[in-house]
Amino acid sequence: MELGRGRFLAAGGAALAAAAIPGGASAQSVKLPFANGDRPLVAFPQKRPLIVLTPRPPQLETPFAIFDQGVYTPNDAFYVRWHLSNIPQTVDADAHRIAVTGAVNSVLSLSMSDLAAMPPVEIAAVNQCSGNSRGLFAPRVAGGQWKDGAMGNALWTGVRLRDILDRAGLKAGAKQVQFDGLESGVFPATPDFKKSLDVEMARSEDVIVAYAMNGEPLPVLNGYPVRLIVPGWYATYWVKMLSAITVLDKVDDNFWMKTAYRIPDTPNNDVAPGQTGFATIPINKMRARSFVTNVADGGSLPAGSRDLRGIAFDGGTGIRGVEVSADSGATWSDARLERDYGKYSFRRWNAQLNVPPGNYVIAVRATANDGATQRATAGWNPSGYMRNAIETYAVTVS
Amino acid sequence: MTKQSLIVLGIVVALGASAFAATKPTPPKGTATIALPADGTAFKPGPGSNLAQGACLSCHSSAYVSTQPVLTKAQWTAEVVKMKNVYGAPIADAQIPPIVDYLTAQYGKP
Repeated sequence: MELGRGRFLAAGGAALAAAAIPGGASAQSVKLPFANGDRPLVAFPQKRPLIVLTPRPPQLETPFAIFDQGVYTPNDAFYVRWHLSNIPQTVDADAHRIAVTGAVNSVLSLSMSDLAAMPPVEIAAVNQCSGNSRGLFAPRVAGGQWKDGAMGNALWTGVRLRDILDRAGLKAGAKQVQFDGLESGVFPATPDFKKSLDVEMARSEDVIVAYAMNGEPLPVLNGYPVRLIVPGWYATYWVKMLSAITVLDKVDDNFWMKTAYRIPDTPNNDVAPGQTGFATIPINKMRARSFVTNVADGGSLPAGSRDLRGIAFDGGTGIRGVEVSADSGATWSDARLERDYGKYSFRRWNAQLNVPPGNYVIAVRATANDGATQRATAGWNPSGYMRNAIETYAVTVS
Repeated sequence: MTKQSLIVLGIVVALGASAFAATKPTPPKGTATIALPADGTAFKPGPGSNLAQGACLSCHSSAYVSTQPVLTKAQWTAEVVKMKNVYGAPIADAQIPPIVDYLTAQYGKP
């Protein structure tokens, strides 16, 4: 699974160059394909070199070639996104507790031993930042300027949130369940990062409190010792270093629910650039997406090769089909779906191009089991969330 | 090799063997410690850069600014006002115009 540096460079999905960093050491850098897309590649603790969006708080993007290596994204390559800069750099799992309070019959303080005594659940699920691919929005919008690597797929192990909530016992009138982790702002006035789910969603079968990721403890930067897993939903809800579960008798009105991470309540959640006066709702399920992983935009297939590989996923119904096109989406043919790791997982696919040597625009389109698919033209919203346009790749075939 | 180090070696070997035999991961035990690298980013020089450093860098690295698309003065104004009013950045009202001017000159367009 470990990717040698030479191989990584050869397979890189973006232009790579040597660059000087302060202090005279040399590092690698990438240029993402949009204005101000220069990024250093730096190995943070427990991580291989990743694309640094911001060092503080740490926001690290997975180089796209990693997604060609296997269905699961290795822990040391998994992207990182924190909102606030006070992040514990030492976390004692033995001392860590999850406080369960609010509209419950019994207040709980759960230790790792308590979680160990509960039935374990394993689930493969994609974790994708709401703003993954924001840098590709046209017109551009302010925010974290990711390309497509603010996502990853892992096998998560933990306990059902429902089992925790049932142990505490929800009082009548419980409306939402709020999650808080150990990160905080530098100033007391900075809104603490908290996210909430409706009780019905919180009690659904697949929402878990995870203590392992791909069979190992979570890296600190991915939320050691426990984080919330909300399969099918954007990662904003997957609270890291989970320390508090509070049952609310009202809809959460904290900043991160009421103001941030909201999408237009319009058809396809689209608005026109500059449009105002529309209602919004909290972001929720992920849209269907698909990518080619073995060749980048502007790249070449090895001489004689007609092999295409990639990944697809959606918001939790599973992938029904993937189609590829060698003529920018004018005509399509079915790709072969590979092993199914579950409806929330990346689904790998492969296809053979049937074309003579030349330059082509490859396109890939996923259809989910609920019939949802991808559009040729990207929609737009002011926060740059939920991109799922059909991706295209200019590729040389020889 | 002392008796004590042999015992330690034995424990390490036993732990390694049990890790291979484990079928399902269990909740972690013990302390995990990391040391995050220094920020290492800095604002471009220019009139107002000291003011911007004081206002912005206590909470986040300058890369948050330098990686943005080329924003207009109105967009930079909205960002600075949001940092003050929403995120509680300690920025005096009188500091907002010179910070916006700096960001627009170095990282934006009129």
